[in-house]
Amino acid sequence: MKTDNTTDTSKRKFLGGAAAVAGITIAPGVLLQTVQAKPDDQAVSNKVRWGMLIDTNKCADGCTDCVTACNSEHGLAGHDRPETDTQYIRKVTLKDKQTGHVKTLPVMCQHCETAPCADVCPTGASFKREDGIVLVDKHICIGCRYCMMACPYKARSFVHEDVYDQKDHTPRGKGTVESCTMCVHKVDKGENPACVTACNKEHKAMYFGDLNDANSEISKRLKEHGGKQIRADLGLNPGVRYQGV
Amino acid sequence: MKLIRYASIDGNSNGYWGLMALFAAFILAALGSSYFMEHNGHYVTGMTNQIVWGLPHVFAVFLIVAASGALNVASIASVFNKKAYKPLTRLSALLAIALLMGGLIVLVLDLGRPDRLIIAATIYNFKSIFAWNMILYSGFIGIVGVYLWTMMDETVNKFNRIAGISAFVWRLMLTTGTGSIFGFLVARQGYDAAIMAPMFIIMSFAFGLAFFILVMFATYNGTGRELGDAIVNRMRNLLGIFVAAILYFFLVFHLTNLYATEHHGVEAFILRDGGVFTNLFWIGSIIIGGVVPLLMVYGPFCKKSRKALAVASVLVIIGGLASMYVIIIGGQAYPLQLFPGMEVSSSFFDGVVNTYSPTLPELMLGLGGVALSLIIVTLAVKALDLLPVSLADSVADPHHKD
Ligand code: SF4
Ligand code: SF4
Repeated sequence: MKTDNTTDTSKRKFLGGAAAVAGITIAPGVLLQTVQAKPDDQAVSNKVRWGMLIDTNKCADGCTDCVTACNSEHGLAGHDRPETDTQYIRKVTLKDKQTGHVKTLPVMCQHCETAPCADVCPTGASFKREDGIVLVDKHICIGCRYCMMACPYKARSFVHEDVYDQKDHTPRGKGTVESCTMCVHKVDKGENPACVTACNKEHKAMYFGDLNDANSEISKRLKEHGGKQIRADLGLNPGVRYQGV
Repeated sequence: MKLIRYASIDGNSNGYWGLMALFAAFILAALGSSYFMEHNGHYVTGMTNQIVWGLPHVFAVFLIVAASGALNVASIASVFNKKAYKPLTRLSALLAIALLMGGLIVLVLDLGRPDRLIIAATIYNFKSIFAWNMILYSGFIGIVGVYLWTMMDETVNKFNRIAGISAFVWRLMLTTGTGSIFGFLVARQGYDAAIMAPMFIIMSFAFGLAFFILVMFATYNGTGRELGDAIVNRMRNLLGIFVAAILYFFLVFHLTNLYATEHHGVEAFILRDGGVFTNLFWIGSIIIGGVVPLLMVYGPFCKKSRKALAVASVLVIIGGLASMYVIIIGGQAYPLQLFPGMEVSSSFFDGVVNTYSPTLPELMLGLGGVALSLIIVTLAVKALDLLPVSLADSVADPHHKD
């Protein structure tokens, strides 16, 4: 596939470095899902397509466990300025105009297969990994914000001021754009993204896994219950799917 | 037709140095503003994660669009062989380069990381229309520069026509490219339209000419050189036609949008419910930038007045900025539709009309771009033989009878 070849070596190196920094082994078996671990030294492969499934019927109104987990995982301390603070994941409340039925669901970068952010990015800082995860290379992002204009899901944030207490696995920088990384640093070690782990403690509304593997839990659930993409009409084939909307 | 004689201006008057000082002050203020924004981060501006492109983009896109339009006079002369426009081709080419540089500097200084410009200039993602634009912009400066050279140097004059045609084709691509930046944003209701690119071309004609007329008046009045009615009236007519064409395109744009159901929301927003954007559209773009200039150009009272033409040009520029504001910022203010048919809310401003209040540094940065364009022109007319010594009717109009 054409788009799968866009990851050039400089980006791989950048990621390899990030993965190496965060290369602490965590006891296996903690996570139950059928996630195939990818050893750190193995290249990212397009055999897998990482995705998420969100069962909105289980997503609890008022619960923000996924958001809290994301913020602490990536060190996203805000400045109490909601208009300019970074948000990788947010809880969206939907109210059906006709029935008045209310539901809530988390929205984050949808890791589009045909990612508009990567298409418009002038330097190629926005890119999609072979395994479907969409990232920003903070080292070559010039902060033009065209990707934010192009993203249909409002998934991206611009770093509007100095950042403190950065995590090694999530380099951030004033003047660059960032968004949900699907916790690539954890995924590469065979773990679940932080939001999924947090949600599984109580509500179990989020699933993570390989969309290309027919035997993964996420694929089985999608096969059984179906799943929708937000704004499927745009034809971007996002990797995050929703049930119950 | 007499041979046209070009000469640089003396540029020693108090007025000249006063102008230079004024422009320089604006440029300094812009640099200061940019430093302030970069040093603190963009949170000190009115821009947010919802309105990611603010006032600097309004100015930048406006200047870039005007740049290609400023080349019109030269194109008409070289490509369409209209001799009457020949005397002003040099100024036209120079103004085009100057406006583009003014626009680009604003764009660059508003980046999150302007220090990484070298990355933008060396790593290209060829799928990105933005990357293409960078090539189009630098190419434009190069090609128009060569074009100017063929006008000024007898030895390469034989390439003038081919350079003129290349520059003309390039400018059309450039404006199409600029318009496409918005046309490609499929998810944004306000932008998703194929008509965006041609609309930008027609806007460029008017904005560029308005700048041209003002610069022409300023230099000829300032230096006391003669400027005949023949050339002024030509410009007047052209401006009228271009402004009328913009109004026509607005009509077509909004009518086609009204025809498509999915655009009803954003249309109602711009045309009726959008508050500041609605006002800017009707009062700024339509009345100030369209209807009034048309009356001043064609109206029986103003028909012969140069002042009226100058004022009309200023109004076209103000209206143009208003149009850019409505397109660029209004298009972002209107909420993205993630879940059509649902009432949406979140901590990230889903489902609400986003607000934007521009700050002084943003305004100064934008005005600094305009000042840079003008200072380039002011310097160049002193350094180079760009302006005909006289534009009296006998020089400018081949059919004029003495
Ligand atoms: S959701 Fe937005 S940021 Fe994420 S891949 Fe799609 S376009 Fe890019
Ligand atoms: S802000 Fe950065 S990641 Fe986004 S389009 Fe510009 S250079 Fe690419």
